[in-house]
Amino acid sequence: MSHWSEATQERAREIISRYPQKRSAVMPLLYLAMAEEGYLTNEGMEEVAAWVGITPAQVQAVASFYTMYKRRRTGQYLISCCTSISCMLLGGDDVLHAVEDESGVPHGETGADGLLSVEHVECIGACGGAPAVQVNYELIEGVTPDKARDLVRWLGSAQPEVVNTDEMQELFGGVRSFDWAIRDESGAVGPYPAFQPLGTVGSEGNA
Amino acid sequence: MTTPLVVTKRMTEFPADSHTIDRYEETGGYEQARRATGMSRDELVEEIKTSGLLGRGGAAFSAGLKWSFLAPSRPSYLVINADESEPGTFKDRQLLERDPHQMLEGIIITAIANEVHDAFIYIRGEYPKPARRVQAAVDEAYAKGHLGKGILGSEYDLDVMVHLGAGAYICGEETALINSLEGLRGEPRLKPPYFPAAKGLYMQPTIVNNVETVSNLPHILAMGAEEFIGLGHPLDTGTFMLSVSGHVKKPGNYELPHGITWRDLIYDVAGGIPNDRELKAIIPGGASSPWFVPQIHLDHQITKDMCAEAGSMLGSGAVIVMDDKTCMVRAAERIVRFFAHESCGQCTPCREGTTWMEMILRRIEEGQGRAIDLDLLLDVSDNISVGLGWPPKMTTICPLGPSAVSPVLALRDYFREEVNAHVELGGCPLRPVEVHA
Repeated sequence: MSHWSEATQERAREIISRYPQKRSAVMPLLYLAMAEEGYLTNEGMEEVAAWVGITPAQVQAVASFYTMYKRRRTGQYLISCCTSISCMLLGGDDVLHAVEDESGVPHGETGADGLLSVEHVECIGACGGAPAVQVNYELIEGVTPDKARDLVRWLGSAQPEVVNTDEMQELFGGVRSFDWAIRDESGAVGPYPAFQPLGTVGSEGNA
Repeated sequence: MTTPLVVTKRMTEFPADSHTIDRYEETGGYEQARRATGMSRDELVEEIKTSGLLGRGGAAFSAGLKWSFLAPSRPSYLVINADESEPGTFKDRQLLERDPHQMLEGIIITAIANEVHDAFIYIRGEYPKPARRVQAAVDEAYAKGHLGKGILGSEYDLDVMVHLGAGAYICGEETALINSLEGLRGEPRLKPPYFPAAKGLYMQPTIVNNVETVSNLPHILAMGAEEFIGLGHPLDTGTFMLSVSGHVKKPGNYELPHGITWRDLIYDVAGGIPNDRELKAIIPGGASSPWFVPQIHLDHQITKDMCAEAGSMLGSGAVIVMDDKTCMVRAAERIVRFFAHESCGQCTPCREGTTWMEMILRRIEEGQGRAIDLDLLLDVSDNISVGLGWPPKMTTICPLGPSAVSPVLALRDYFREEVNAHVELGGCPLRPVEVHA
């Protein structure tokens, strides 16, 4: 009765089997539901409920607690600008305003063409590389307002299928929290974290 | 600063491949875990207790003592708290990305010491790259037989699984993290009765340890408790990682011995304040901690006890430095906004209080403040943290609400005139906010 693709169903079965109790699979399954439809729909939450044997209301109670489960249509690229204390001290608010201005999308909204969503977020653990921005949770550190405008234009023109953190850092980043040292070849394909066990990464491997 | 590096040593010496199992094993990796498979639970707990290792997640509780409290019923579980979300903190991110096997070896040691056969690594959802690195390391360790059935050639079974969070700071609180891992809203549980060591994950005895804490364990076994003690301050053993951010020339993570001074940290290690500005305030241990000011605290030593004596805490080791052009009301508002946003909503004083505090601070900053607003802020704060002391007397299940009070205490104690200037001027005297190039 599942509406999910065969691959997603297989992934769901595998995830559930790894936890001592089924209900623990709610969070990873909510990500699967997002990957399947681009954001979290009521149908997606009903599907998760059926998989783990709880009610849709119980699933919704969980989903509504966490900010990364997007229950409204979300752009192909979710731009998250940190404006917590350390980023604020070094101009995070200006970076956010530059992103809003360049994209024409105010924070908390999605553009009419469905390409970009913009949000301001609380601390994303990149304080040494403030101000920091994430695109589909892939990090860029040391962003200036000008570079933020470049980023918005690049997403619009290049429309990369896979969003890669090292590539974006080279193009739009500056000061980093620490030496990243090792290149990461994988990246995100949608507005949810790119992680192999969820099947949400753009390319295999981790060079 | 001649103290040898411990948890950041390998990534410093071998930056290109410190994350791989080959490099890890070439540099002595998994030898201590192998040794631990032949040691008794008591031996391991005793060694770690003797080392004086304190939890590096923020609470600074003795790691060995925590283990010794584990209730006897089985199964027991281990949860690694990699939900690093305290504003200012980014040290675990580096440990996860750059030396994941070090943490895995610490997990094996912890598991054996606590008779655990199922361990979970709870990584915040906004850390997909660290999660990918850790997953790759877990896969390598399984492939080599270091995890799974009969680990490291022993009879011991251990499964390790990575679980992603989804954007809730409160899940860094250990009982909220357990709820989250059970597939529930990440709301903290009441202690007692829900101490994880007795009633944790699935109501079974559970150890929750921070990434940096377990990353230290292979080194403690390798060098012995005595040598580990010698690395640090007599009361605060070993090294610790400080995340330095804000107005410093060289922000970053620094692994240091306990006991250097704030002056050394800011002006020597972190290179001083950019643009020759003056130091105005220091947040010593993450956004939750009460602030320090240079005229009083600059020459204090950085230890857990010195911070506590001065009415604050070392917390997660996140140092946020603010220069003299920084508006203290704005900084306080930004921190209170964080806690208002992250309040889980269970306890009324926190849910309502943090929201009101944010609104009051914002109106002061925007020039709508009234002369009584600071007193009003303190009154609301007192409903969350009775008597406004530190550590707080909480009216809430967890310390999130009382943490939001810390910046308000700084305004009361050090920046009352600046608050009043906002009210009298009908705006911020420090605008426009100046940002370094």
